[in-house]
Amino acid sequence: MTLDQMRPGNECRIKYLSVRDKLGQRLMDMGVYPGRRLKVVRNAPLEDPMEIEIDGYFVSLRHEEARFVEVDHREAR
Amino acid sequence: MKPDKVLLALAGQPNCGKSTVFNALTGASQHVANYPGVTVDKMVGWYKHGGNKVEVVDLPGTYSLTSYSPEERVSRDFILHENPSVVVNVLDASNLKRCLYLTFQLLEMEVPVILNPNMMDVAEKRGMEINASVLSKSLGIPVVPTAMKSGRGKKKLIEAIEKVGTGESAVKPVRIDYGEMEPLIREIEAKLSAESRLRDRYPTRWLAIKLMEGDEEVRKMVGEEKNPGEMLLEFVGGLRTTFEEQTGETPEMHIGRHRYQAAEEVCKTGVKLPSNVKKPFSDRIDGVVCHRILGPLFLVGVIWTLYYLSIVQGYNITNYTWPLLAKIRSFTEAIMPAPGFIEIPILRSFALWFVDSVNALLNYIPIFFILFALIAVLEDSGYMPRMAFIMDRLFSRYGLHGQSTLPMVLGGIYVGGCAVPGVMSCKGIPDDRSRLATILIIPLLNCLAKVPLYVLLINIYFAQHKALAMFFISTISLLMVLPVSKMLTMTVLRKRDTAPFVMEMPPYHLPTVRGVLGRAVERVWLFIRKIITIVAALAVVIFVLLQFPGIGKDRMAYYEAEKDRAINTFYKKISATDYAAAIQADTPSKNLMDLVLYWENYKNARMMAGSQKAASAVNKAFKIRNPDFYPVVQPEGDKDAKKVNREMKKLVRERKKILQEMRKERINQSFLGRIGQAIEPATQFAGFNWRVNVALLSAFAAKESSVATLGALYEQEEAGETLEQRMAAAETGFTPLHALALMLFMVLYPPCLATSIAVKLQSGSVKWMLFSMGYPMVLGIFVATLVFSGGSALGLTGLQAMFAFYGLMLCITIAAGFLKTKQEPSLIQP
Ligand SMILES: Nc1nc2c(ncn2[C@@H]2O[C@H](COP(=O)(O)OP(=O)(O)O)[C@@H](O)[C@H]2O)c(=O)[nH]1
Ligand SMILES: [Mg+2]
Repeated sequence: MTLDQMRPGNECRIKYLSVRDKLGQRLMDMGVYPGRRLKVVRNAPLEDPMEIEIDGYFVSLRHEEARFVEVDHREAR
Repeated sequence: MKPDKVLLALAGQPNCGKSTVFNALTGASQHVANYPGVTVDKMVGWYKHGGNKVEVVDLPGTYSLTSYSPEERVSRDFILHENPSVVVNVLDASNLKRCLYLTFQLLEMEVPVILNPNMMDVAEKRGMEINASVLSKSLGIPVVPTAMKSGRGKKKLIEAIEKVGTGESAVKPVRIDYGEMEPLIREIEAKLSAESRLRDRYPTRWLAIKLMEGDEEVRKMVGEEKNPGEMLLEFVGGLRTTFEEQTGETPEMHIGRHRYQAAEEVCKTGVKLPSNVKKPFSDRIDGVVCHRILGPLFLVGVIWTLYYLSIVQGYNITNYTWPLLAKIRSFTEAIMPAPGFIEIPILRSFALWFVDSVNALLNYIPIFFILFALIAVLEDSGYMPRMAFIMDRLFSRYGLHGQSTLPMVLGGIYVGGCAVPGVMSCKGIPDDRSRLATILIIPLLNCLAKVPLYVLLINIYFAQHKALAMFFISTISLLMVLPVSKMLTMTVLRKRDTAPFVMEMPPYHLPTVRGVLGRAVERVWLFIRKIITIVAALAVVIFVLLQFPGIGKDRMAYYEAEKDRAINTFYKKISATDYAAAIQADTPSKNLMDLVLYWENYKNARMMAGSQKAASAVNKAFKIRNPDFYPVVQPEGDKDAKKVNREMKKLVRERKKILQEMRKERINQSFLGRIGQAIEPATQFAGFNWRVNVALLSAFAAKESSVATLGALYEQEEAGETLEQRMAAAETGFTPLHALALMLFMVLYPPCLATSIAVKLQSGSVKWMLFSMGYPMVLGIFVATLVFSGGSALGLTGLQAMFAFYGLMLCITIAAGFLKTKQEPSLIQP
């Protein structure tokens, strides 16, 4: 499952980033990397982008970018 | 030996309060500079402490120090090449763990770092306990906590800077252990230190780590070296592949993960978290501000307030500031050589033109000041990213960015913005392609200065449908701008860099008065310095184009004859009166000219005098000024005086007519006029005759001039005739269809001088400035021709053509929204 399929309120654990270079590094620098837990907070009024919470801070990203973040929904807690 | 100058760099993630620390340290002694080759602002300031001068540079806020964004490159290059004696790493104390990710990258660059956890007040309020000495021990560097908004800890920070800066206290930073990667890093280090010249200039461990990360800039730097150069790169490439194969993790992710882990280790001992974590207040605000329905409503409210306070209220303030500017003009009028009956000294007309051009811009300063202050409030409060969050979906479909919202609002998304602040606020857009697209389309929005021409044309040609026409023109610009942006993105901007959208939604903060006002002043100052000075210089050029070569000798003789005829008639008529002697003195023309000026001054003064009392004061003053002339302007029952008064009225009217004719002829003959006539064969398909061409050409200096120039071209036949009546009378062939084409051309009009300069500043290149001036012209001619020639061919009326064009643009805009742009290579699944 990938992050763009998560709904607001869902929590999950990041499994794998299937992108590198600019976007991969940016996700890494914003704290989105394998092993981390995150929670989807909300979608924007027009659905895209989405806002997630990681470790007490908030990050927004487009769904087309969230596609590259593989997550595990079951392992959430 | 103590060096007496210390270079200090402030580094940190965005929104950690870095600028607040910078302001606290440097006070008022700061200025904006530029890093070479990029449009990132460089804030420089200084302070004195104990005989040492400390130069402070506020580096751009970054989360990391890779080479993917200009901000990160700039920060990194500064630290590597300028060798700051101290780097103060400002952190958000309430989010220490994440901020330390950057700290470790700074430490790897082997510069003396002081850790400065700021916003301690926020951390304490949340119940966190931060132990500075434990942090200091586990990182091996000095740690000075502050709450800089209230100035807490400033003194300690200054002392620590002094100690580290003068080399008094040694710094022994820790190193991250990169686990399985360590042997590989050592191997690269060994190769680097054995052979390379690089090791003298850069820390070898840092180079090695960056090479493992695959950093483009560092690879280029190493590749340019003769020795080991390419060979080393190949070697590293091999290491990277095997590492990934063996661990199943890319080297850059391995490195990043270890940095986060190290940060977590440090925080385990140095920071005590509260047992119960409350939902952050910011998130509760976002529940409303980013809400599906309330969010957009709130956004509209914010935009409305922004317009209301800056454009409406700011405009009201200009009622008070305009008289000041008008004083400058009358002062100029007074010190310049006086005008003759028909000879206006060139120095005089130039000085007045110059003052008018500069005044037109200076008049905007109150509006800009309010606008810039409000932008600073939006920036400091943390609302900007929310704005981007709400609008990104819509704008990104057209190659723009969520953060294009504010620039477009400022530029006049409906009607009545200004392109200069709009273009200037494009700075924050991280995506290079969207930033340029936004810069290029903002001039096509409806700025305040385009409105007079719309109003003029609508009043004449759409008098029955004023509201409808105004709505059309206000919204059509957005409908044209969106597809144009998409088009630019898919063509000329196709190859520009893009950046991921991924963005932090920082906690909300209450902005400080000092921070907001400081920024507003600084930006207004930038506007004055950079834009007004250049516009003033270019005003000279436009003046020459409009004035020269001027009226030919024989035509001048004709005007002289006209003048003599008028004056002689006047003399003949008044010869029998008591005043003939006083007016017709030894140097008749001089004395008569005195009377003409006296007459005009009196009329002006009376017009300005509002009340009865003020009027009689004016009368009194003029009586004293020249008792001989006074009865002419105020006959009061004297029969002779009445006659002179009547004749004088005629004479003044004659003079005005001659002057107007001369002005018209001068424009006809001018370089600009000739260009206008030369392009008439081409522009006739758009419905523009040469007069309109000249008006449009002169609008380039400032769009307000289009109406002023039209005013000069349509001579006044009867006093008091409005420009509407004059234009309608003179252009009998002009139809609403002509007017529609002209208005659409005005929408797509190239940026004015001030905006062009702003475009150059923000895009960092003259090439883009020229492009931004050229493409709207082509597009404008195309659209105007389409509407005019197409409308004529189909036999449409102006109103029908308006509806047809609106429908067409609506379809194009919707279609363009669904068009797919090519995907970034990095976004394609590996
Ligand atoms: N409560 C509190 N707020 C602060 C402190 N320092 C800065 N701020 C606020 O944090 C916001 C961002 O600060 P700024 O200096 O612009 O951050 P920068 O992006 O790192 O330059 C502003 O609204 C500041 O007023 C502090 O010590 N305590
Ligand atoms: Mg700042």
